[in-house]
Amino acid sequence: MAVTNVLIVGVGGQGVLLASTLLSKIALDAGLDVKQSEVHGMSQRGGSVSSHVRFGERVYSSLIEDGTVDVLLAFEKLEALRYGYTIRKNKGVALVNDQRIDPSPVAIGLAEYPEDRIYPELEAQAANVITVDGLGLAEEAGFAGAVNVVLLGAASGFLPFTDEQWAETIRSTVKEKYVDINLKAFELGKGAVG
Amino acid sequence: MKVVLSGNEAVARGAYESGVVVAAAYPGTPSTEILENIARYQEIYCEWSSNEKVAMEVVIGASFAGVRALAAMKHVGLNVAADPFMTLTYLGVDGGLVVVTCDDPELHSSQNEQDNRHYGVFAKVPVLEPTNSQECKELVGTALEISEKFDTPVILRLTTRISHSKSVVFLGERDDGAEPHYERNIQKRLCLPAHARPRHYFIEERLERIREWAEEFHGNEVEWGETDVGFVTSGVAYNYVKEVFPEKSVLKLATTWPIPLKTVRDFARKVDELIVVEELDPIIENELKANHIECRGKDPIPICGELNPAVVRAGVTGKKPKAKPAEGLPPRPPVLCPGCPHRGVYYALNRLKATVFGDIGCYTLGAHPPLSAMDTSVCMGASITDAHGFLKAMGDKAPEHVCATIGESTFVHSGMTGLANVVYNDSPLTTVILDNAITAMTGHQHNPATGFDIRGNPAPMMDLESLCKAMGVEDVRVVNPLNYKETHKALKETMEGGRPAVVIAKSPCVLLERVKYDKNVVVDEEACSGCELCVKLGCPAISFADELAHVDNILCTRCDLCVQICPVDAIVYEEVEG
Ligand SMILES: Cc1ncc(C[n+]2csc(CCOP(=O)(O)OP(=O)(O)O)c2C)c(N)n1
Repeated sequence: MAVTNVLIVGVGGQGVLLASTLLSKIALDAGLDVKQSEVHGMSQRGGSVSSHVRFGERVYSSLIEDGTVDVLLAFEKLEALRYGYTIRKNKGVALVNDQRIDPSPVAIGLAEYPEDRIYPELEAQAANVITVDGLGLAEEAGFAGAVNVVLLGAASGFLPFTDEQWAETIRSTVKEKYVDINLKAFELGKGAVG
Repeated sequence: MKVVLSGNEAVARGAYESGVVVAAAYPGTPSTEILENIARYQEIYCEWSSNEKVAMEVVIGASFAGVRALAAMKHVGLNVAADPFMTLTYLGVDGGLVVVTCDDPELHSSQNEQDNRHYGVFAKVPVLEPTNSQECKELVGTALEISEKFDTPVILRLTTRISHSKSVVFLGERDDGAEPHYERNIQKRLCLPAHARPRHYFIEERLERIREWAEEFHGNEVEWGETDVGFVTSGVAYNYVKEVFPEKSVLKLATTWPIPLKTVRDFARKVDELIVVEELDPIIENELKANHIECRGKDPIPICGELNPAVVRAGVTGKKPKAKPAEGLPPRPPVLCPGCPHRGVYYALNRLKATVFGDIGCYTLGAHPPLSAMDTSVCMGASITDAHGFLKAMGDKAPEHVCATIGESTFVHSGMTGLANVVYNDSPLTTVILDNAITAMTGHQHNPATGFDIRGNPAPMMDLESLCKAMGVEDVRVVNPLNYKETHKALKETMEGGRPAVVIAKSPCVLLERVKYDKNVVVDEEACSGCELCVKLGCPAISFADELAHVDNILCTRCDLCVQICPVDAIVYEEVEG
């Protein structure tokens, strides 16, 4: 099996790290070699965050080479564009949470949010760009913080794991009282992608 | 059992399995999780030490007692601990002693990009470099074994991408190791000139014996492939070489100091060209060249920044990568959290147009616009001492408002000695201690001023106010930084007071407690004049559009600062329904 490259990006505090933990775990449980790389520290304070997850028969580098991302999972639109160039040209998929969070230079009027560039530039790069109302669906599932699991649900059609494997991984990873909400969030995310 | 662990978690596991009895550290990205995870093993005594020099000395003491010990720190932490470390190499060990240094190529969260393998060269001690989490765990064991075998401290060197990358690890059992035992031996443990002089000969000879061991060590391993080029590599760079050139021959070095020269020579003889791929400085390359082994290294592999597969490919093949980032996007820098108590201090300093000597911690973010209230930051503790030197040099040309700002963890780490100096050598300096009751920057660790230990158990709490008074500061004030008027007044008065002063800005980190609010903060659209003073707080919960301020009540922590500073009282509370 060739190595699959998933890049998960977003804003500090959005749950990017839990999403990559779930993805690594499901791959490990499926008997694959896995590597995951993320940067802690400054990223927690509302900065841009990225986490690389790679799985397959044998994985060496934990970092994905630019231009070889199979699935980009973006928790925020501007971050989708920032990392869009890493997608495998005309082959990779971008799953974008259609949410705008202004970075501080935009909030204080020193820069503009590139609203109009985002989807055209992503479409020029990826084979498929899918937008999801992650926050809306997470709230529907009962917890605004479940955006990460909604997005994993949305991405699941592009990843080589069954629904049972996902359910099992969610059950064994998240706190017991959040299991049902996360299972629901996963399903809503999956349902949102036609 | 097989699990996915980060490099840091695997080092902790390695310490557990190899019978480490004492572990000490001061937090610092990317090393922090090592001690946080060791704290989960009750068999190991562990502590947050007040700084890295302290941590190093604590493990030296533990080694004197005949047990295995581990100290962990970020790369710059070893600078702080360099004094004991450079003599520790003369002492050698009783119980095995490993120093884990986590370097930060690319400066993801650091003030410099130094390559700590130089400390191995400098102190003439072995440096081991893992390439994944499994090796992190195993090399802790190897480090402790060779530490005892050769009577030497050992450096285990990780980098951010090893510390924070997760990969598969096979777990083993704990091997309890030696019981504590002690016999007085001043020849070995008391570094007088007469005792240390012969030890220098010992160290030189020890290094050569370790080199011979390294020639046989299975961690220094050749993977044969095509022989038109052969790569010599170590640490995270090994993975990038295997990723990009899977068909070529590779010599992976687990011991990057001392280098097993015979092994390298044998490898070099069988390949047409030798390329050294190492992150940061040319430690391996220089040693090979000094020993007349022909190779290429930093030409073509960059010396600055971290490596990745694209950089290694571009370096070796000379072809520029096709994928390029989109241009002109607004950056997303980290910011002070909504409700962060540091904001009140920096907003006031901004208003007072103060020249601010900064330090390292979350509060360094006060340097960015719109707060823009920090002029310098060098290393931990430097705020107070740099400001002192500045004031002495400027004399009566000094700006009206000058202060040093320092977090309470940083103050305990290395600010106290600076404050003693300010009093002793008499500077008219105001030191602002930002006491948010936690070491926040590195992800919330306790310290001597928080009242809790590494496992969250109650501990004696340093009384900063009495301490500063005891050091001879006469003007010591405690303020709540979320009370704007009080903070502004204290800062202004002390900075204009012409004598050593301390302002302790005391209010806990907003992330320490999550609260449900019964009031929302709203903007009265009629009253808002659009002056944007509140935007200058740089609070992520406040935005400005259509000539009006807006408050996002999901982010807002009701800290009240914007309510206080609004000149037209347009920011007000509203009861939450239900
Ligand atoms: C020598 C050294 N050790 C550790 C660090 C990592 N580090 C940076 S700031 C900091 C402490 C921050 O705590 P505090 O001073 O209380 O400020 P806060 O982040 O809570 O605002 C640490 C541990 C460093 N930069 N240098």
